[in-house]
Amino acid sequence: MCGIAGVVDFQRGAPQARLLERMAARMAHRGPDDCGVWHGGEVALSHTRLAIVDPQHGAQPMHTGDGRLSVSFNGEIFNHRELRALLEKQGRPFRTHHCDTEVVLQAYAHWGEGCFERFNGQWAIALWDADRRRLLLSRDRFGICPLHYTQAGSAWVFASEAKALFCHPAVAPAVDVDAVCDILRFWTPLPGHTAFRNVSELEPGCCLAIEPQGVRHWRYWQLDYRPDYGRRDLDWSEELRALLSDAVRLRLQADVPLGLYLSGGLDSSVVGALADQLLSARGDAQRLSLFSVQFDEQDVDERHFQHGMAQRLGRQPHALACANAAIGQHLIQAVRHTERPLFRTAAVPLFLLSRRVRAHDHKVVLTGEGADEVFGGYDLFKEAKLRRFVARQPGSKRRPLLLRRLYPYLPHLQTQSPEYLHAYFQVDSDHLDDPFFSHRPRWRNNARLERFLSPEVRHSQRQRDPLAELAAWLPQRFSDWDYFERAQYLETTMLLPGYILSSQGDRVAMAHGVETRPVFLDHRLAALAARMPAEVKMRVLDEKHVLKQAAGDLVTPQVLRRPKQPYRAPESVCFRGPDGDLAEPLAELLRPASIRRHGLFDPDAVSRLLSKARTAPLRSFTDNAALVFILSTQALLQEFVPGSSSQ
Amino acid sequence: MDYLSKDIRAFIEENFLFGGSAEDISDDGSLIAEGILDSAGVLELVAFLEGTYGIQVADSELLPTNLDSINRIAHYVVRKQACLQAARVA
Repeated sequence: MCGIAGVVDFQRGAPQARLLERMAARMAHRGPDDCGVWHGGEVALSHTRLAIVDPQHGAQPMHTGDGRLSVSFNGEIFNHRELRALLEKQGRPFRTHHCDTEVVLQAYAHWGEGCFERFNGQWAIALWDADRRRLLLSRDRFGICPLHYTQAGSAWVFASEAKALFCHPAVAPAVDVDAVCDILRFWTPLPGHTAFRNVSELEPGCCLAIEPQGVRHWRYWQLDYRPDYGRRDLDWSEELRALLSDAVRLRLQADVPLGLYLSGGLDSSVVGALADQLLSARGDAQRLSLFSVQFDEQDVDERHFQHGMAQRLGRQPHALACANAAIGQHLIQAVRHTERPLFRTAAVPLFLLSRRVRAHDHKVVLTGEGADEVFGGYDLFKEAKLRRFVARQPGSKRRPLLLRRLYPYLPHLQTQSPEYLHAYFQVDSDHLDDPFFSHRPRWRNNARLERFLSPEVRHSQRQRDPLAELAAWLPQRFSDWDYFERAQYLETTMLLPGYILSSQGDRVAMAHGVETRPVFLDHRLAALAARMPAEVKMRVLDEKHVLKQAAGDLVTPQVLRRPKQPYRAPESVCFRGPDGDLAEPLAELLRPASIRRHGLFDPDAVSRLLSKARTAPLRSFTDNAALVFILSTQALLQEFVPGSSSQ
Repeated sequence: MDYLSKDIRAFIEENFLFGGSAEDISDDGSLIAEGILDSAGVLELVAFLEGTYGIQVADSELLPTNLDSINRIAHYVVRKQACLQAARVA
């Protein structure tokens, strides 16, 4: 991966190269191997390079031989060899041997705006078409690579990371209070928005064309669920195994060593086993290194499963022993990269892990990210299924007890009565047709954090209806899908790009120049899963059932049988200093003067939360999320808009 | 009973509303439906009741009918204290 940035201005011409150099320098962590700037009159492009494919010939911005097309490209087109062969047959001229950036240029030259549908990969692309005076921005289908943009007078400015936009003299960073409140509720801004006012993010699967006559925005890819009930389980699992193996094969392409984030869960274990098989068949097994995180706290530590799987793969993992204090110490640094508030500390160990990866001279890692969205692995899917089951027999005393099984790792849920479980999980037969049925309890719980907002901010939100905005954004087909598919769509298009792939993915990996390759987000796999009926993905309460059928033989029995556990890290305990108070410099972020300076939160409510945390470690998920959210938001404000009030 | 309700309301304001006022919540309002208590919050509430009023809350009594409004909690505490008193007398 790399960092891209640029400016197009049809009235005043693009700014001096020096600005582009500053923008690139602001994202030097994304591409420490090289840096290039190109000025083309109305447009200027910059590129910081992380050299992974064809290191000798991939310098960017890159141009076609005739100079008509120029590109700044972050990411990978994994099927570039197949596309190159197709294009060569059509007589397209290539100057490099196997550089995927040149394939992007020639694919656009040949297929025009339709080229992106042919790409299998992860990308943020800025392509200048000089004949048409068109700057085209494109982002991959799931939002693996980030791409931000804004308008400043007659100029359009874009960059992989928002921080680079703020180098432009006409782009001043300011917090978008509405977006922060949406993040509080959904854990992500509404699609296309960011935590910064007037800074947009190109939505996954979308393109934006900026031309003298105006701007066009369109979606080139849309996830759609059309279940096929006529196939046998075996057909699904065989097709999945073959496709999964091919998705891994494509993602093993690199001219540098490869790593794998081995979490100890099913998904990364399957990816590791398939990668090992493919590399061993080429006699290249030692090319794959394993990287894992381990914690002091047993309830979130997964080393037992990591060891078992690593042993099966015949290699020793590079294990990062992540101490609680290290998480607290690096929170602010991590937020500098995520550029949005966090709710869990889990991003910080991944920030530290990428540093470890880099220290071992690796810059590409395969991950298991995306499997839970594609194959229905999250507890939320199970929860939605159970809530429906319980709601159909409202008087049953036994059915609600099944809700305890949802979160075996939350001890306080295990003692609750059926009546309480009924109430917590909002089991109500009146809600069965609600389009947001699956997500209501989560969003309601998140909204509890609103009590920490300042009265002014709370007041400003009274006129807004973010759920109506979200409903208006949904595709027409949404109403045709069943509850499971709706839940999958919401997870895949909101939390996945807005939190998992950004704050826990690209942003904390690229902080140290490490590219993540989430194998399960090969769009062919997502399309296959979208044809599977819900029962194929979740058989009764067996999540990712089809994946276990297809690839269960590749992992240890312990990994296959273990109950689903989301990746978690220790929470508020990481922020405590030796005296039980918040450690510095985090304490400074939450002092009443700091809180008042930014105006987002109520200093009194924050002080009371801190008192509660001082008395005993916070037990409730909501209290922990509140502390991480407030700390990370304050860190974000301190970093990007110090001294200014959000009012 | 009024005194008890006031105490319980103050505990809820301090620990779950973080100083925010519970004045919008009537004494009969559901603490779960209003988004004030979650599953961990109920256990915090129980620890408070046991620590403050010297009662023991049995698992079988962890029910919304006992604990899901300020009035219900107050009535529950009064009932439990009366039982304790009766046991002592006996």
